[in-house]
Parts: sequence; C-alpha cells; structure tokens
Amino acid sequence: MKKFLALLMAAAMVLAMAACGNNANNGGSNANNGGSNANSGGNTGGQSDAGNTNGGDSTGAVTLKIGGIGPLTGDAAIYGNATYWGAQVAVDEINAMQSDIKIEYKFEDDEHDGEKAINAYRSLQDWDVDVIYGCTTSAPCLAVAGETFADRYFQLTPSASSTDVTAGRDNVFQICFTDPNQGVTAAKYIAENKMATKIAVIYNNADAYSTGIYEAFAAEAPNQGLEVVSVSTFADDKNPDFSVQVRDAQSAGAELVFLPIYYTPASNILKQAKDIGYAPKFFGADGMDGILTMEGFDLSLAEGLMLMTPFNAYATDERTVTFIDSYKKLSNGVEPNQFAADGYDCVYAIYEAAKKAGINDGMSHEDICTALISAFTDSGFSVDGLTGSGMTWNTSGEVSKEPVAVVIENGIYVNM
Amino acid sequence: MKTEKKRRLRRNTRRSLINYAIVIAAYAIVQALNAGGNIKSSLQGQLVPICAYIVMAVSLNLVVGVSGELSLGHAGFMSIGAFTGIVAATALQAAIPAGWVRLMLAMVAGALFAGLFGLLVGVPVLRLRGDYLAIVTLAFGEIVKNIMNILYVGIDEKGVHIAALEGSRLVLSEGGVPIIKGPMGAVGIAKLSTFTAGFLLVLVTLFVVQNLVDSRAGRAILALRDNRIAAESVGLSVTKYKLMAFVTSAALAGAAGVLYGLNYTGLAAKKFDFNTSILVLVFVVLGGMGNIRGSIIAAALLTILPEALREFADFRMLAYAIVLIIVMLATNNPTMQQFFAAVMEKVRGTFRELFQKSGETVKGGGDHE
Repeated sequence: MKKFLALLMAAAMVLAMAACGNNANNGGSNANNGGSNANSGGNTGGQSDAGNTNGGDSTGAVTLKIGGIGPLTGDAAIYGNATYWGAQVAVDEINAMQSDIKIEYKFEDDEHDGEKAINAYRSLQDWDVDVIYGCTTSAPCLAVAGETFADRYFQLTPSASSTDVTAGRDNVFQICFTDPNQGVTAAKYIAENKMATKIAVIYNNADAYSTGIYEAFAAEAPNQGLEVVSVSTFADDKNPDFSVQVRDAQSAGAELVFLPIYYTPASNILKQAKDIGYAPKFFGADGMDGILTMEGFDLSLAEGLMLMTPFNAYATDERTVTFIDSYKKLSNGVEPNQFAADGYDCVYAIYEAAKKAGINDGMSHEDICTALISAFTDSGFSVDGLTGSGMTWNTSGEVSKEPVAVVIENGIYVNM
Repeated sequence: MKTEKKRRLRRNTRRSLINYAIVIAAYAIVQALNAGGNIKSSLQGQLVPICAYIVMAVSLNLVVGVSGELSLGHAGFMSIGAFTGIVAATALQAAIPAGWVRLMLAMVAGALFAGLFGLLVGVPVLRLRGDYLAIVTLAFGEIVKNIMNILYVGIDEKGVHIAALEGSRLVLSEGGVPIIKGPMGAVGIAKLSTFTAGFLLVLVTLFVVQNLVDSRAGRAILALRDNRIAAESVGLSVTKYKLMAFVTSAALAGAAGVLYGLNYTGLAAKKFDFNTSILVLVFVVLGGMGNIRGSIIAAALLTILPEALREFADFRMLAYAIVLIIVMLATNNPTMQQFFAAVMEKVRGTFRELFQKSGETVKGGGDHE
C-alpha cells in the first residue's frame, strides 16, 4: 500500500511538473506575442506563416523564426544561458521597434553534447525554424553544422570559436574570434607592447578552445621574438590544484603567464601564484571574461590581469548600459559576459542581413539561407554591435573586427 | 493442441524469436510511417542513436545480467569502436566508394579493436573475485576518454599518422587531412550510418547474444553466475567462460560505437564518459538484468523520453528522474503487477475467443506477454 501511495505521489508530481513546464513555455511565447502585438496595428491577420505564404513583402511584417541551441543545463550551462538571454534582449528590442521584420525566438537545450544538439536542432526543424543561432560550444556546433550544411539552413554561432565549425561550409558564420586568431593576436599584442619575452603557458589540453588558442600562440610566438619557457597543462576545469603548473612557470623564470583558459581554473591559478609569492604579469583570452563577477572571488587577485575580450561590461556608452539593464531583468540579476554580448550581436547581425536581403514570408529556409549568405559576404555589409563596430565577414564565415585588450584596474576593465 | 505446440518450441527459442519479431515489426512500422512522412524530424534523428543504444544495452546485459559481473566502462569500448571506425571509414574513402561496404568494414574494424581491448582488460581482471571488474572497467573508461582527448590522427598519401599530446606533432604532407584532433574529436566525418544499418546491427547483436546464451557455453556462463563453486567443481573454467561473455560484449559495443560515430559529422571523446556508461547500465537495470527484451525496450524508450519531455523546459530533468522512479516502482509493485497480469489475461482471453470463433489455430508468437 505504501508503495502504491508513493507511486501516486510520483505521478502527481509529474503532472504538477507538466503544468509548470507548460506555464514556463507559455511565459516565453507570451513575451514574443507581446512584442509582435505591439506593432500589429497596421497589419491585422497577416502575421502567421500560413497567412502570408504567397504574400511577399507587400503585406508588411515578415516573421523570421530564429532557433537557438546551447547548453542550458550541465557543466557549460552558464555559457548557454548567457547566449540565450543575450539574444532574447536583442529579440525584444527588435520586436519593439517599428520594423518590418518580426522575430520569433526559441532556444533549445543541448547539454553541451553533440547528440543532444542534433536532437535540439531536429526539434527546431519541427517548429519550422528559418535560421539557426548556435551552438554555444564548439563540439556540439560541429555536429549541428554538418546537418545545417546538408539541409541548407543559415547558421550563425555566437561563441563556437573552432575553425573546424566553419571549414568547408558556406552556411556557417561566427561572430566570435576563432581560436587560432586569438592565439596569434595574443602573441602579437604581447610582443608589440613589449610586455615580456619569457612566457609561460598553462592551458587545458582536454578542451578544444584552450588547445586551439595555445597551438596558434606557440606557433606564432617565435616569429614575434617571444620565448615560451614553460608549458604545462591540466585536463579538467574543476581541477583545484595548480601548484605544479605555477611552480613550473616560476622556476623557468617566466615574466608573463599566458592563460588561454576559462575563468574558473584561472581564478585558482591567480590565487596559488600569490600564495607562493610569484607575481608575473598574467594575460588571458576571452574565456577569462567573467572572472570579476565570479562568486567568492577576491578582486584584488585580478588586479593588473590583462585579457582580450570583445565586450567590456564596464563601458559607459548607452547601448551597453541599456543592454546590461535589460539583460539583468531576464537573468534575475546575473551579470552579462561576452557570451551574452555575442548572442545579442548575432541577432542584430541576422536582422540586418535579413533586412538587406529582403527576406519575406514566402521564402523557404533554403532561400533564406542563400539570401543571408550573400548578404553576409557582401562587401558593403557591416554590423555595429556590442562586441565590435564594423564587423564584416568573409566567405569562410570568420568575422573580422578589431581585437580589444583590457587590463583590470580597481576591479573594472580599462581599455589598454 | 496448445501444450503440444509449446513443447515443440523450447521456451528460450520462442523468447528469442519474439525478440526478432519485435525488432522487425518496429523497423517495418517506422519505415512505413516514414514513407508516409508521418514521423517528426526530431524522432527521425534519433533512430540511429536508438539502434546504437539498443546494441549497447543488449551487449552490456550479457556481462551484467548473464555473466553477473559489473562493468562500468562500457562507453570506453564504444569510444574505441567509434574512433577506430571513423579512422577506417575515412582511410578507405578513396579505395571503396560504396558507403555501406565502408560502414560494414568500419564496424568489423571497430568490433575487432574493442574486442581486443576487452580481452586485454578481461584476461587479468576476470581471474579476480568480487567487484574488481567494476573498478577496473571504471578506470578503463576514464583512461580511454583521456587518451582519446590527446590523440591526433591524420591521413595522407603515405598512410595513417598518429601523434599524441600536441597537434603540431602530427605532420602531414600537403594533401593530408586530420581525422581526429585531440579534444576537438573527430572532425569532418562522412556520415554513413542509416536506420537500416542500425536495424541490421541490432539483429546481428540479438543473433550473437541469444545464441551465445542458448549454447553450451551460455549455460556454463549462467551456471558460473548462479553458483561459482558448484560450477567450478564440475570442471568449468571460470576465466574462459567469463572472458567469452566479456569480449563478445566489448566487440558488440565497439560495433555500436561505429554506428553511433558515423552518424554525426563531429564527435568528441568527452561524449563517452562515465555518464554514458551509467546511462547504458540504467537501460539494463530498468529493462531487467538478463532480460534481453527488456534491454531493447528500455533503451528505446529512455532515449526517446528526454526528447519527448522537451516541452517541460527546465523541469524535464526532474520529470525524467520521476518517470524512472515510477517505472521502477510500478514494475516491482505487487498491486500493479496483478493489475497488469489481469489486463494481459483479458487481452489473451479475447484473442483466444476471437481465434476460436473463426476456427483458426493460434499461431505461435502472436499473443505472448
């Protein structure tokens, strides 16, 4: 009898959960509807895809369905959620504008896993998606890119920075710098600003992002007259102990430690270097962004830390301030990082390209793909966003924008 | 009349035949629906992984259920199979243009490699008693994952090149292409896996596992599981029979890995971690230890379930866990069991009446549990 009761309880919970889940979904779609209702005044009835199949742009508003993919759960959830909310901010802004293009936005969880990413992509297909926005991370993005290439969907990723994602695929574009690009830029930056000549590198050799930057850096360093005196690795971002790596850098006499890694392990490295009284310059890549808002992190450790980040959350221009405001409302107070800004820029890039290409509701996703590709690779096309102004794309899908390096002073980013 | 029929087909044979029938029927139904365009894209994309997971579950059942040892590194064999298969399929691209031949050869290569590693792990460990196999397979899975993470494999006109630790150590001539790039995993895989190939692999797996269990060796394996001392006393070699089950299982997992790996354009070694091993173990436990049909059904349902729960948004993980608990409770609850038995009896009764009315004899295989 007891077991039977337990069973009943469990069944009741599932039902309750179903109700909650549906509510959550409705919440999301209400927000979208709100946006499109705001400007449906001049155009009643012609909103749905079905309504306008043959309409062309003469009927007014065009609905573009953007389907996002990224990890909302699991180890990489902070990055996925950032791209999710970041894009949502842009979608809400665009839908509130008096514009001909309305965006419907849906984001599916991939758990940072290739198989799940394909499932997410397929379920977006069932939703009649027009453009794929994602994935957030490189490995799942690689699997999805193969599918979108074959099925002809336009794909723009905010943060999958491996060159393998775009290689040989005309439909996949990136808004972030590629890993090799960051490695080369870092080497040049260090050499040009004469920061140091003896460099130590600590990187995660089980991570594609970290390995990609390191390899390009190691190849470029000799050309820039830099000497890499110590290279040490770790295999898990949750690794708590970096004393071996830090001591190795110290005993090799490195003046600068290059950290092409995410901020969680970096925070441990900074702490342990300080503990043993080793105070070199530290230089990070864009994965370092977010270290200042990390819970329980002693800000004084990051003083003087340099990093290359396309997005400066401490900038005071109006667009950044508005973005941070709207973002925090969506994220319940979580600070945006560069992933969020990349996501925001992605939606604007798609929007600008769609405007330029004259997308209309009668177009199939294949047509939209072709139109957006030619818009993106057009020499006159450029996008101003939070992560750079005048972003342009070449046919290989890689972005071209000015790299920005910042130094942390008094707990905020200062442009170098 | 009926009892005579039942006696003619042995219980095990009948059970095996029903398993084949279920798989073939499922394949036929899916293909028919597919031809009519009635399958959603999301389900269509899962057909190949479902086949791979079924093979994984059935093969793990051979170790966990039939031979009574606990293996926690089944994903390691899948990983070895997958990456071997990917390298083989890519290397043979120029020589053999026909995709299905390459897929088949890749599967054979993957199965052989995984089986070889199964042998290497099994030989020392299966001589031990207790939970040592679980511990060693657990470590094995992690070792495979970490080695794959630093492995770089490429191919040029001179052949296949292998390097470790750093991508710059992989020196290829100009026309060469990298196949596996360390933590990025395999890139630019030519997709070869199809649902039909998956279906055939499931049939082959069933054929191998069911016939092994039903053979003289299979009875020896079962005897060793039930009472090791008694079995040894009649002269059965523990290591030999346990190894037989273990290596077969590893080889089949390797083939499943090939099917899985060649279904995606990119595959990272991180996929085959401890969680994947546990996932397959969950299929086996939920389907019932030693119950092959249970493994098939559990693997298929539990692969579809998280996707079916996508509507639940953030709550789907919780809902998934609760559904698992319900299944466990329901299948072990006497009240529920009685209820299901009563329902089945009714269904059977109706069938019997129907057939008797029409004067037909009952055909074997249509109305069993």
